[in-house]
Amino acid sequence: MVEFSLWDILRNLLLAARWTVVLSLIAFVGGGVVGLMLLLARLRGAGVAARVVGAYVALFQGTPLLMQLFLAYFGMALFGVETSAWFAAALALTLYTSAYLAEIWRGCVASIPRGQWEAAQSLAMSLGEQLRHVVLPQATRIAIAPTVGFLVQVIKGTALASVIGFVELTKAGTMITNATFQPFVVYSFVALLYFALCFPISLYAKHLERKLA
Amino acid sequence: MRVTLDFLAVLADWPLLLKGVAWTVALTAVSAVIGVVLGVACAWARSHGAPWLKLLVGAYVELIRNTPFIVQLFFVFFGLPSAGIRLSPELASVIAMVVNLGAYATEIIRAGIDVTPRGQIEAALSLALNRRQVFLKVVLPPALRKVWPALVSQIIIVMLGSAVCGQISTPELSYAANLIQSRNFRAFEAFIVATALYLLLSLAVRRVLNWLGPRFLFGGR
Repeated sequence: MVEFSLWDILRNLLLAARWTVVLSLIAFVGGGVVGLMLLLARLRGAGVAARVVGAYVALFQGTPLLMQLFLAYFGMALFGVETSAWFAAALALTLYTSAYLAEIWRGCVASIPRGQWEAAQSLAMSLGEQLRHVVLPQATRIAIAPTVGFLVQVIKGTALASVIGFVELTKAGTMITNATFQPFVVYSFVALLYFALCFPISLYAKHLERKLA
Repeated sequence: MRVTLDFLAVLADWPLLLKGVAWTVALTAVSAVIGVVLGVACAWARSHGAPWLKLLVGAYVELIRNTPFIVQLFFVFFGLPSAGIRLSPELASVIAMVVNLGAYATEIIRAGIDVTPRGQIEAALSLALNRRQVFLKVVLPPALRKVWPALVSQIIIVMLGSAVCGQISTPELSYAANLIQSRNFRAFEAFIVATALYLLLSLAVRRVLNWLGPRFLFGGR
């Protein structure tokens, strides 16, 4: 039997952690783009668009991310798209992230006083101009801290992609456990690596929050 | 291409689904009660405890909040046995959920405690209440009232997170869906039904907790 040293375990986990980072970035960037479109639809559209986006958000926030991953994974197979854990994970996490970011950003826009909108309107600005020149610059400043904070949720969310067979940090941990029979050590390392990824981001978000207050 | 969906094949297994829902509700109820109590205790420790206790609770909160629930669950279920602690899947799930909720509840409840006006505490002390009475009767109820919506949301997040517990074969809702799809190969339909049930559960749990909290935890409307 091959002996695994602690360094072997840690090195393999570190290699797998790359995919956690890559998947997180894809979800965060993709979710940001989709979330921004949802936000604009909600702001610009009449009652119907706002209600559809509201239902979208409620759907993703009211169901388990694990189920969303399963639905993406098996749904694509059902509709004849070749299923890879990669694509299903990226898709589900992007949609999940977009719902949360749209909701976070909506709150930020809503916190801009009504008077700002009215003042811009009285300067004969169109809705687009009101958003671009008056509301969004202020809302963006408020949005940075909670957006950075949400990145932690995304990173932790990628751990669930292990369940549909995507080999990232958690899945690698399971695989190494099966080879080494040292679950206590392996999962401790896995947890510490997630902590090393997330804790600095949490601290930074808290710092940004304090700076704004 | 034509896609045919067969929901009846899934719904025919309704006893399994019902059992899954019951387990999900039970896991959530038990871990909500114990988790909130743990959160209150840790929140007290973080704002009134000795310095070493503050540090310890702070480390617990940050460690849990910055690692995924699934890793915490795997650590409890697969990791602890090699340290001599053997747990059933159900017990491991409850422990992981309590530990997870406790960390988030600590921060939420502390936020409520921290905004208690100084004068209220001084007034209570001047009425000869001791420290414990002041905390339990004067500080805690209004704090809980203030943060209850956030606490309810967190309990729902933990309930949705419990879908992962099926991975260690706890017989909750997602486990039931998995079992059904392995029997009839209707994976997409099974998970749609389970997802819809989770959505209904989260709506129902929010209603129930919004009703329960004011009646039993902090009195008044």
